[in-house]
Amino acid sequence: MIALFYIAAAVAVLATLMVITRAHAVHALLYLIVSLLAVALVFFLLGAPFAAALEVIVYAGAIMVLFVFVVMMLNLGAHSVKAQRQWLRPAIWIGPCLLAAVLLAELIYVLAALPAPAAAPVVVGPQAVGLALFGPYLLAVELASIMLLAGLVGAYHLARPEICGPTEGGT
Amino acid sequence: MNPIVKQLLIIVVVFAGAMSASAGLIWLERRLLSLWQDRYGPNRVGPFGLMQVVADMIKIFFKEDWIPPFADRVVFVVAPALLVVSVLMSFAVLPVAPGIVVSDLNVGLLFFLGMSSLGVYGIALGGWASNNKYALLGAIRATAQMLSYEVFMGLALMGVVMLSGSFNLGRIVAAQEKMWFCVTQFPAMVVFLIAGFAETHRMPFDLPEAESELIAGFHTEYSGIKFGLFFVGEYLGVTLISAMIVTLFFGGWHGPLLPPVVWFLGKTFVFICGFILLRASLPRPRYDQLMAFGWKVLLPVALLNLLVTGAVVLARG
Repeated sequence: MIALFYIAAAVAVLATLMVITRAHAVHALLYLIVSLLAVALVFFLLGAPFAAALEVIVYAGAIMVLFVFVVMMLNLGAHSVKAQRQWLRPAIWIGPCLLAAVLLAELIYVLAALPAPAAAPVVVGPQAVGLALFGPYLLAVELASIMLLAGLVGAYHLARPEICGPTEGGT
Repeated sequence: MNPIVKQLLIIVVVFAGAMSASAGLIWLERRLLSLWQDRYGPNRVGPFGLMQVVADMIKIFFKEDWIPPFADRVVFVVAPALLVVSVLMSFAVLPVAPGIVVSDLNVGLLFFLGMSSLGVYGIALGGWASNNKYALLGAIRATAQMLSYEVFMGLALMGVVMLSGSFNLGRIVAAQEKMWFCVTQFPAMVVFLIAGFAETHRMPFDLPEAESELIAGFHTEYSGIKFGLFFVGEYLGVTLISAMIVTLFFGGWHGPLLPPVVWFLGKTFVFICGFILLRASLPRPRYDQLMAFGWKVLLPVALLNLLVTGAVVLARG
């Protein structure tokens, strides 16, 4: 189990690295999907099958499809790949790398200082997740749903056909 | 028997079963279509034309396997395999008979939904990588259609989950011992059936490959064995959706007298024939009609069904 966990985690990290360094938008998205699937496997191995399934359905299966959908419509050709290559100059990397290194150092310090977690993880089934969502976290769920509703109304407003425009053209 | 050997045996049998069912469907579909359309269909090769499958296989294996120079090579090659793998994965959680299941996953139903949502990539990427405007249009249609109908499919299934109290497919079948869910969850069954057709993009809903307007849609540029893989993926999808309908709404392996496996396979066969009959009889809707029907009819029906089921479950305590 431990070995499986490390393999999945390594895949996730590698795939995420590839997401950042790819110049081709669709290829980067494909690596992002692989990364999300690897994270789902990590969830599953840590005893959260429900979270793993939702990760696949919602992130890999729905949100990323929409990303791919939009990029497909944009029809980015060879010229955009060239532009991306120029933007990804080595000098660009210095700043983010320094900041990420600080975070990494902190993470290593915290992991080293804290006691090791319990060996056998507890399996969190669908019922436990549901009880937590509609018990202690009810307010957060309601807030998230209000935000989604706002997004829905906004999308409806933007996509509404102009029935009676202020200026009638021609004729 | 050694449990590991038994498990391997189940895996091999389920895999071989799914693959041979999809191969047999090539022949069955053509024969049934011609029967319903007053033609003969393929009846020359072997008894009843059964060897037509072998002839088709030989033809498809020896065709030139061509990758267009303007295509995105890697994605173009991977896309058909993605579709087939994602459909095949779902067979792993399908309970064929008591105890005969590849993986008795406790979130089996969600696994099926997740894999069917990953199946979109095979088609979307295949169409995009072809770098052809008709293929791209087909891919865009497929993406929007499958993404929308997945929502109704998932919502319809939640009623079944409420009644059986589990995401495990084995338990869902066991919960139907007294009463099949096609009676208590009739609206959910209708929504799932229609969404299933849309997910497999079969004839009434085959707008992604509508040949009268898009040549062949997302697989316009494909030939040889890669085209064959798309074909196998479609037939595997038909088999899978039929088996899922049986498992979720028609009592799975339950039935009198005959052994459970026979009941399961027999019911699945009936639904596969239903798929073909609908292809033979229904015309294709317009694309906006398809989307409007989904969001304006199927979504409210699925939500209402969920509401009523929830109230009933709550009232019964």
